Amino acid sequence: METAVFVVCALVVLAGGLGVVVSRNPVHSALSLVATLFAIAVLFLNLGAQLLAVVQVIVYTGAIVVLILFVMMLLGIDQEEDLDEEPIVGQRIVAMLVGLVFLGAVLAVIIIGKESAVTGAESVTQAISPNVANVVQIGRELFTNYVFALEITAGLLTIAVVGAVVLARRPTDLQPIPEPESMTDQGDEPLTEPLRSSFRASNANPNDDASGEGSH
Amino acid sequence: MTSNLPLAYLCLAAILFVIGGVGLLIRRNPLVMIMCVELMLNAVNLTFVTFGEMLNDISGQVIVFFVMVVAAAEVVVGLALVVAMSRRRPGANADDLRLLRG
Repeated sequence: METAVFVVCALVVLAGGLGVVVSRNPVHSALSLVATLFAIAVLFLNLGAQLLAVVQVIVYTGAIVVLILFVMMLLGIDQEEDLDEEPIVGQRIVAMLVGLVFLGAVLAVIIIGKESAVTGAESVTQAISPNVANVVQIGRELFTNYVFALEITAGLLTIAVVGAVVLARRPTDLQPIPEPESMTDQGDEPLTEPLRSSFRASNANPNDDASGEGSH
Repeated sequence: MTSNLPLAYLCLAAILFVIGGVGLLIRRNPLVMIMCVELMLNAVNLTFVTFGEMLNDISGQVIVFFVMVVAAAEVVVGLALVVAMSRRRPGANADDLRLLRG
């Protein structure tokens, strides 16, 4: 039974992962990502990590992917990417070669080493106990052995929120950066002109700016 | 067959990690690149839980909890960067950011 669940979920994970990479449309990539993350949640359940399975569905498929989709819709950058053109010649071949070499190395370690590929002694003090619920056990660990890491995590989240607000804030005096000569010499069209016009268009509604600044 | 199942989990996680890594290298859309990073983080999470299962250790699951928090923070900052970037240069991809000056 466990094997059957694993096989089905593994197929979904691999198909979803390939879908993320291969899809031309970023929205299709995001939907493939949902399938992958959900299948991984089922694999967590299969491994007996009930809390992580629930957190995976809520945090990843419920929050992160929705956030990515929101940004996509908000900015309208969901236009399809032309996958046929290769910006750097030979880059894809090299990337796939590197990936295959890495995969071969890791799989060789796992398959040749079998059980001995995983070193370390079985835990005595932090063993997974069948009598205590998974949530209870993880909660105890978090608030005893890992309590300082938990505190630092709180700081990290605060910094992330502040950083996101600062980065995504609409700048009041945005000056387009003049294009350096080294770039214009290479035949790239200067980016300053379309920049200025698009910025004026995004600032057309002054009420947005007023409400954004009022909260600070 | 049942005894080999944890090894199959490890192999699956390795394949998923490589898929994410190759996608990160060959795609140019910053949002798709963020999604590929998520794939790699999830592959590592799967490996952690499998190790915890093989060694009968709860720490594997606790660490996955922290990885998830870090991933959430990373996505928030990354998406804010994407928003700031596409406000200045609409339709820009990763190749247009050579100067690191917005």
